[in-house]
Parts: sequence; structure tokens; C-alpha cells
Amino acid sequence: MTLTRGARVALRLAMVLGLAVIYVPLLVVLVNSFNADKAFGWPPSHLTGQWWSRAWENGGVRSALWTSVKAGIGATLVASVLGTMAAFAVQRYRFFGRETVSLLVILPIALPGIVTGIALNNAFRTVLSPFGIQLGLFTVVVGHATFCIVTVYNNVLARLRRLGTGVEEASADLGADTFQTFRYVTFPLLRSALLAGGLLSFALSFDEIIVTTFTAGPGVETLPIWIFNNLFRPTQAPIVNVVAAALIVLSVVPVYIAQRVSGDTRAI
Amino acid sequence: MSTLTSPGGPVRRLAGLLHRRPYLRLAGLLSAPLLWLVVAYLGSLGALFLAAFWTTDVFTGNVVKQFGLANFQELWNQSVYRTVTLRSVGVAVAVTVADSLVAFPMAFYMAKMASPRAQRWLVIAVLTPLWASYLVKAYAWRIMFSGSGVLNWLLDPFGLHGPGYGLPATIVTLAYLWLPYMILPIYAGLERLPNSLLDAAGDLGARSFRTFRTIIWPVAFPAVVAGSVFTFSLSLGDYISVKIVGGRSQLIGNVVYDNVGAANNLPFAAAVATVPVAIMVIYLVAVRRTGALENL
Repeated sequence: MTLTRGARVALRLAMVLGLAVIYVPLLVVLVNSFNADKAFGWPPSHLTGQWWSRAWENGGVRSALWTSVKAGIGATLVASVLGTMAAFAVQRYRFFGRETVSLLVILPIALPGIVTGIALNNAFRTVLSPFGIQLGLFTVVVGHATFCIVTVYNNVLARLRRLGTGVEEASADLGADTFQTFRYVTFPLLRSALLAGGLLSFALSFDEIIVTTFTAGPGVETLPIWIFNNLFRPTQAPIVNVVAAALIVLSVVPVYIAQRVSGDTRAI
Repeated sequence: MSTLTSPGGPVRRLAGLLHRRPYLRLAGLLSAPLLWLVVAYLGSLGALFLAAFWTTDVFTGNVVKQFGLANFQELWNQSVYRTVTLRSVGVAVAVTVADSLVAFPMAFYMAKMASPRAQRWLVIAVLTPLWASYLVKAYAWRIMFSGSGVLNWLLDPFGLHGPGYGLPATIVTLAYLWLPYMILPIYAGLERLPNSLLDAAGDLGARSFRTFRTIIWPVAFPAVVAGSVFTFSLSLGDYISVKIVGGRSQLIGNVVYDNVGAANNLPFAAAVATVPVAIMVIYLVAVRRTGALENL
């Protein structure tokens, strides 16, 4: 292509600067978690590892992490079942309102989180309170599952489209019934798509704060809620720094798994 | 393999029934997702929208279930809400513009200049921060913008000062958060553009700018619009980043949040919440004309 030398240099520079802007703030958080000073100041005068061990022993952090994991697993399981069912219906059948299902699945993530949050909060309080169910982990799972369906749905839909119906028809011709075909033929072929969608769904849930704020009861604190509650407390700053740094390091894990599973990042 | 062929049994009979009646299978598949999304989710949204027409009793704090337009009238008449709405739209536009300006050269480099191997790594490098927590990234910019923070440390030798917490910091933080959502669609769009077209333009004597205007931009524009749907809508609904780096600035999200929480006025919060949704609907309808939604 005919790009002048100047244009090539400028584009290369833009790429390098762009990546620097993306990664410098994350590196600052990582370095800052070793800052010996309790009060923030850049650059750090001394480095220490003590905040990491203090954070690990912190009861609030531990229970918040555990709550987040439980909410993420619950929401991912519900979203996987619902997303797969919806994907099958849309991909394998023709029916009135088929286009609307796709729109409906995307809606919870397309609308501002605060709208979904207060809508669910309002509904939970009016519908569930009479049954004695208070806001808590259960309502967080319900809220998260609602906007996580789309990730599983998209992945499974794309996989079903690529698979076609040939293998399933072959399975039926060989005498397998509907359930056997699903269990022995379709499900194994869907497994990696489900894993990719589930991974994204767990990550979405693990990171979510707005819907969580409105669906969690007073006693339920997920990790993002814990961070936000402690963000403005100067005494907690070193612990917040470590939790933030740990989350940055952990974010490499799903990328690695996604690479191993699909060999193509854009599949997610 | 005997389990596969053994006839009879209730499961097998159910499977047979499902096999003979496709609509029964479809109904089974659709029941749970639709019950969840239509009854639970759309129902909640509908109830919220309905609540926007109710009012809250000032003395008791109870919701008065009487249909009226009082909330929307207040929203329209009080100049503070107009200011906050305009400010929020302004922030969303600024974030979108900033993201497209930063993302375009990066996406172009990734799609057209990098080797296939480098391309793969660059996509990973751009994608990885998406998995890092939203709060952590906003917190990172809180550190960058703080008084004794990194930005002031960098600018100090030049005798300059960072903007501190406020709307500019909010715009930078939001632009940072949503940047990958802009880079990836543009990259995907440019990758589809055949190199031969660019070569042909060069052979026919077009300079860089002309090639950009007549060949690259028409292809890239729908991708930029697709990215802007994310950056615009995500910025419009945000109230967390502005709390972390925005100082005392308020956006629409904060007004909604404060009315649900401190003011305990759900009907008014619901009315305010319709504003960003209405703006997004208008935006999406406008965007649909460009054909960019098929790129999502």
C-alpha cells in the first residue's frame, strides 16, 4: 500500500502510544500495591509485600470474594441453561416473533445498568417480599443471570449455525431419541462454545456492580461492592490497592483459557 | 449400547412424543427463557415505567399510585435536570469522539500494517484489559489524576498541572474503559477491506488523504458507528466512574441513583431513567439508517 514514510511512522507511534495508555494505569496499580507508604504518593518511596499478606488475611475481602464466586457460578449456570434453550429455539425453528427473541436477550445488557437495577429492585420488593424472600444472594443471581444470558446465547447460536443439522439427523436415523442425540451428539459438539460463553458470563457477573447494588440485600457484599465501599476510606487504601492489583493479574486467566479453548480470541 | 436401543420407558416415550410434535419441542425450549425474560424482566421494566407516572407522598414517603405526568413536568421545567441531561449527553459524545480518534489509527495499524503474527498478539493485547475489573480501571485513573498522582508527577517538570477530579477526568476514564469496544469493530471492518483496493487507489495516483476519504472511510464508517453504540450507551448510563474521578459532578445516572436511595422517590427516579433510554432509542433509530447495526 502507498503510505508515505511519515504516515507509517505516525501510525506506528499511535499504536505504541495507545498501548501505553492502555497498560500504564494498570501497571501503576500493580506497583502501587507494593507501596510501603500508607498515604498515596507517586512514585513510592519504599516497596513492601506486607499489604499482600494483610489483604489475604482480611476477612471482609475473603467473604466478598466467596460471595462473588457463588453469585458468578449461580448466574452462569442459570444463563447457560436459558441461553442454550433460547439459542436452540431461534436457530432450529421458524416461528412468529423469532427476531424479537434476539432483541429480548440483548436488551438487559443494552439498557443502562441502573435501569435494569432499579426495575429488578422494585419488582423483587413488591413480588418476593410477600413470600418472605428478602433481597440477598438469590436476587443477585437472578439479576446477574438476566444480563448473562446473552453471552451464552450468542456463542451457542453461532456454534449451532456452523454445525447444521446433519449429525443430529444421522443420530436419529441410527435410532437415538431426542434426549440421546442431545446427550451423545449435540452437547459434546457444543461444549467449547458453552465454555466460552460461560467464561464470559462468569466474568461479567464477577465484575458487575450496578445491578448488584440494587439487587443485593444489606448483608450481601460482592467483591466489586466491597471495593467500592472501601474506595473512599483512606485507612483501607493499601488493601484496596492489593485487591485491585490481584484482579488485574487474574484477568489474564480467562484470556489464556479462551486462547486454549478456541485458539481464536475473536470467538468470544 | 443397549440403553440406546431399549424401547419403552417414560423417558423414551416422552422423546418420541417430542420427536413427532416439533411445536411441543419449540414450546419446551422457549418456555423457560421467555418466562424469565418476558415475565420477569420485561414485567419489571413495565412496572418501573408505570411507576414513573406515580408520585411519592412528601410527608409519608409512600408511593401514591395515581396516574399523572407530574414527574415528567418537573423533569422538563426544572432547569437543573436539563443541564444534567445535556452534560451527560456531552460527556457521552466526548467519550465517543475521543475513542474513535484514538481507536482508528490503532485499528488501522493492526489491520493493515502489522504482520499476521503481530496482529494476533495485538488483538490479545487490546482485549485483555476488557477482562480486568471495571472498578479497578476506574480506580487506576483515580490514582493517575490524584493530587500526588502519576499525572502531576509526569507534568510537574514542565510546570504543568493535571486537571484533577472533574468532568475531564470522567471523560478520560470512560474513554479508557470503553476503548476496546471501539477498536475491535473498526479493526474487524478494516480487515475486511481488501488490500488490493488500497493498492489500486495508489496506482491510480491517489495520495494518502484521498485514499482515506474515498476508500477507507466509507468502509470504516459503519464500524465506527457500531463502536459508538457501545461507547455512547455505556457512557450515558454510567454513574460509578463519575463518583470515583468526577469530583462533585453529576450525570443522569447519579440523579437516578440519588432518587432511589437518599430521596426514596422511586417514581421520580423511574421518570429520570426514561431519559437515557429514550436518548438511546433515538440514537439506535438514527444509527439503523447507516446500516451499522448489522456489523454488531
